[in-house]
Amino acid sequence: MLTYLIKRIFEMVPTLFGITLISFFIIHLAPGKPTDIFSELNPKITPEARERLNKYYGLDKPILVQYGIWLKKISTLDFGNSFSSDHRPVIEKIWDRKQPLLQRRLFVTFMINLLAMIIILLVAIPIGISSATHRNTFYDKITTTVVFIGFAIPSFWLALLLMILFGVHLHWLPIAGLKSMNFDSLPLSGKIWDVGRHLMLPLFVSAFGGLAADSRFMRSSMLEVIRQDYINVARAKGLPERTVIYRHAFRNALLPIITLLGLSVGGLIGGSVIFENIFGIPGMGQLFYMSVMTRDYPMVMCILTIGAVLTLLGNLLADIGYMLADPRIRAR
Amino acid sequence: MINPRPLTGLSGTVPIISAFLYNNCMFQLFSKRLFLILLILALSSCKRETAPAVQTASQNVPLVPAYGDALIVGSIAEPSNLIPMLASDAPSQDVAGLVYNGLVKYDTDLSVIGDLAQSWDISKDGLVITFHLRKGVKWTDGVEFTADDVMFGYQTIISDKTPTAYSEDFKQVKKAEVLDKYTFRVTYEKPYAPALTSWGNLVVLPKHLLEGKDITKSPLTRDPMGMGPYKLTKWVSGQELVLDSNHDYFEGRPYIDRYVYRVIPDSATMFLELQTGGVDMMGLTPLQYIKQTNSQYFKDNFNKYRYPSFSYTYLGFNLKHPFFKDRRVRQAIAYAIDKQEILDVVLYGLGSVATGPYVPNTWPYNPNVKEYEYNPAKAKELLGEAGWKMGKDGVLEKDGRPFEFTILTNLGNSLRMNTATIIQWRLAKVGIKVHIRVLEFSTFINEFIDKRRFEAVILGWQIGLDPDQYDIWYSGKTKEKELNFVSYSNPEVDALLEKGRRTFDINERKKAYFRMQEILAEDLPYIFLYVPDSLTIVSSRFKGIKVSPIGITYNLPKWYVPKPLQRYHIEP
Amino acid sequence: MANNTLRGLFWRRFKRNKLAVAGGVIVVLLFLVALLAPVISPYNPDNIDRRHILEAPGPDHPFGTDDLGRDVLSRMIFGSRISLAVGFVAVGISTLLGMIVGALSGYYGGWSDRIAMRFIDIMLSIPTFFLILAVIAFIGSSIWNIMAVIGLTSWMGVARLVRAEFLSLKEREFVLAARAVGASDLRIIFRHVMINSMAPVLVSAILGVAGAVLVESALSFLGIGVQPPTPSWGNILTLGKDNIEIAWWLSVFPGLAILITVLGYNLLGEGIRDSIDPRLWGRE
Repeated sequence: MLTYLIKRIFEMVPTLFGITLISFFIIHLAPGKPTDIFSELNPKITPEARERLNKYYGLDKPILVQYGIWLKKISTLDFGNSFSSDHRPVIEKIWDRKQPLLQRRLFVTFMINLLAMIIILLVAIPIGISSATHRNTFYDKITTTVVFIGFAIPSFWLALLLMILFGVHLHWLPIAGLKSMNFDSLPLSGKIWDVGRHLMLPLFVSAFGGLAADSRFMRSSMLEVIRQDYINVARAKGLPERTVIYRHAFRNALLPIITLLGLSVGGLIGGSVIFENIFGIPGMGQLFYMSVMTRDYPMVMCILTIGAVLTLLGNLLADIGYMLADPRIRAR
Repeated sequence: MINPRPLTGLSGTVPIISAFLYNNCMFQLFSKRLFLILLILALSSCKRETAPAVQTASQNVPLVPAYGDALIVGSIAEPSNLIPMLASDAPSQDVAGLVYNGLVKYDTDLSVIGDLAQSWDISKDGLVITFHLRKGVKWTDGVEFTADDVMFGYQTIISDKTPTAYSEDFKQVKKAEVLDKYTFRVTYEKPYAPALTSWGNLVVLPKHLLEGKDITKSPLTRDPMGMGPYKLTKWVSGQELVLDSNHDYFEGRPYIDRYVYRVIPDSATMFLELQTGGVDMMGLTPLQYIKQTNSQYFKDNFNKYRYPSFSYTYLGFNLKHPFFKDRRVRQAIAYAIDKQEILDVVLYGLGSVATGPYVPNTWPYNPNVKEYEYNPAKAKELLGEAGWKMGKDGVLEKDGRPFEFTILTNLGNSLRMNTATIIQWRLAKVGIKVHIRVLEFSTFINEFIDKRRFEAVILGWQIGLDPDQYDIWYSGKTKEKELNFVSYSNPEVDALLEKGRRTFDINERKKAYFRMQEILAEDLPYIFLYVPDSLTIVSSRFKGIKVSPIGITYNLPKWYVPKPLQRYHIEP
Repeated sequence: MANNTLRGLFWRRFKRNKLAVAGGVIVVLLFLVALLAPVISPYNPDNIDRRHILEAPGPDHPFGTDDLGRDVLSRMIFGSRISLAVGFVAVGISTLLGMIVGALSGYYGGWSDRIAMRFIDIMLSIPTFFLILAVIAFIGSSIWNIMAVIGLTSWMGVARLVRAEFLSLKEREFVLAARAVGASDLRIIFRHVMINSMAPVLVSAILGVAGAVLVESALSFLGIGVQPPTPSWGNILTLGKDNIEIAWWLSVFPGLAILITVLGYNLLGEGIRDSIDPRLWGRE
């Protein structure tokens, strides 16, 4: 098992490498050199700053050397300084050690995605199982339609409708941001409740959209499993259907879901651009959108790379989870 | 200088290309350029002044000023830099304006009054101004403010090392002297009409914190230290800036304890926040003003303010482009566009039609220039004269080249987008095919305007109260990044611009600028489209707001919330 | 091959699945609307009318008018063309690319396979929407760029699918037979194996169209999608967002249109998948 793990981590290295390569390629997509807008056109840039930037990207060197330099820098988490007017190191802008966790963008995005994923699992698995066991019934059709609506509904549209309903008309929930004005004066429980209220709509929107994939996958995985011989054997033994489904089929059907979960990390993180923008949540997605619009290249590169690494880690965790859950692999 | 900058009531030293017409329109406290001469503004006769909406619930509360509560202002964008001379975006100006003061400022009647300067003397020839500063004013760290701080600011702004857009006015100064701790004197080479008004809030910097340091790297860019009514206490990137009142403010402690500048990048979300109480004050779009804020709920909880802005929106041509070199073509396009239609559709009538680079009801504005009524037949005729013949697919042609061009405008301003769409629609009717391209603002300015890579643009100018528009129209100001980016050149206009800025006689100036407007209306380097109104909404618990020609925020320190209506309790 | 009976079986199963049929009907209708746009739209979609600004749905304008007085129904009808075009071109690119990569790596195996699979892993680990957003913002947002970028970032699923099919098919008798009679690799790939792996690819393509429609609307919503005044459902919706409290029709109709379209593609795709999946046949 340990060897598998080591092998798996070892395999990640070239992937990581490839991610940086693609990211690097994207910098060079922009018309002209990445420093153009900075040095030639921005009246606010001093020659020293231009110098710094040339040094950072090594733009006078051949492209392969540039890549090497960049790679070396980012391996120490040095993504350079933001092109925006605050000129702060980009890594500090997404993970500011001096700030509480809730004010670190990476943490905010990570937390919301993790919570969304948990909610998706908690809802999608039961739906998937029950619609598999009730295949082609009215119940199956309803859940199918509902989860598909969840997938098909444009998340920004749903977000708006919910904001209007719960925020403006009913006044039940706050509609934007992560915490209230008086957050600092609240006791701990109040703080949690406050953040929770702010997160309710974003989490709902995010989870509703992700339901379809997981519940459908669970359904087909379950269908697959209950066709297997050992399930028939279990049934033939006269075990009650509940036991058959939940004791025997469920655990085996769950395995592929773990892999899917790992794969869905990328989609969730990407989706955070949209709902963080609408709900005004100060996370990585919102920053990414702002950086993209202002062509803050170092920031874009940093978030792109970090997002990819997070996804990769998600996949790794999924694999480990799979391994722990699957006796066949465990045995190896 | 041409960074995204919403329209504020009064302009900076240099005209500003404005990006967002409606976002937080009027939050600038103090203007930077003031008039030299007292102006008589015909605003009293202005029909566009609107009384605040009826107050209901809160009316029973006695209007007794009280300390306390917080004002939450919504903004689309975040400040970039809080040293005023380094930033030209409106968010930065909004916040820095609360922290720093100038030597002089405008009064509500548009006269110049002292701010940090108690008084000033001007020599008979107008070339020497001596400022007598207030005594005993302290920076918020306790150090006394003196003439050295002004001198330091002046030296900083004219330094080549300082990347500022505002140095032009100060380069006119021949000599600056500190006569004593409280006296500062400047001498000009030639008469310079905008001289006095340039000593607004740009040039007063804490010397004791900045001397010998690289100003662009100073911590003050993120954590400013001034002597104004508020001081910054917290800046959470991408979310909010929190300012607490300066209890030692030299004009008295502001009533409102806290000013929160909330960054909400999406305007629809911001409007929803307004309704849920998350925002107390924001700029409205004409549509929001006209249609979305009339319910009983809004009448009970908010006051709306409407006042003319010092800005206009225009369609500018690249005069180097072969199509637009010909004046007849520009005039034809003017005839093909229905300005009133744009005003009605885009602004819902909340503004007026522009005829030149000044706004109606100000003294330099010439109401009698050539106007181009909507007349497509005339447009076609002029285009024919210029050699354009109707081609096969309904598009005009000349030498085998179809009349097709692209209008560029900036992202995030639905008013401009709609204006472009209407123009596209109208020009199609005379056989001109228009494409529209929307660009993110800084890219637009940096890569297209500054590089002159455009055929036509829709942009806006936020203009100063002083009519000096040398930078925009002077034929020598066409180099990269200079503001005459359409490459307009007319020797007579050049002479008039020079004449206008070199005399203090208001009648002489008026004559020069009136003539200039006549020429511009004939030449049409721009088609002047409309002058929008500023539209602001504020929660009705805030009292003491008075509309004036310079907006509403000029007296922000005097706003208050009566004790029973206070919403937030701020711990000292 | 028992193609006829298979096809018959497929149809019988498909027709029994009401949701799938509904999905199919939606997709066909959408095609018709896009095709006949100039004929069926009641107004010129660009026609600005200052007398009818933000008018609620009524007899003259069944879906109301927008903030320039343009007819929303007409704009949506023309907008369906954008949705359709983005969906199909993007998916065309991704399917083609995915099939090529999948087929080559599945058929040849070995190093090329390992490299291809690693490349797929890499592409899959970059959050797709981040990637699309970055590229579009850097290279500019024309409709062609959007199609290309969506296509180039979503081929990985198809590639994996085709590869898997190849791995299982290439040892089958008919391929071995073809090889025995001396058919070239290319011929084998395209004539024999590819045709047999078409069905799952088709399903994934149909689902891909749904995804592309959503991505386009999200991009338009963020202001970097199809540029107005060209009507697209995404940018009508953006307009609706700004006016949601006074002009519900501007957000409800395009929102529903996206929803129904995406739902249609999904139901159709799932229906086809269920109908061709022989593993699911046994239970009936």
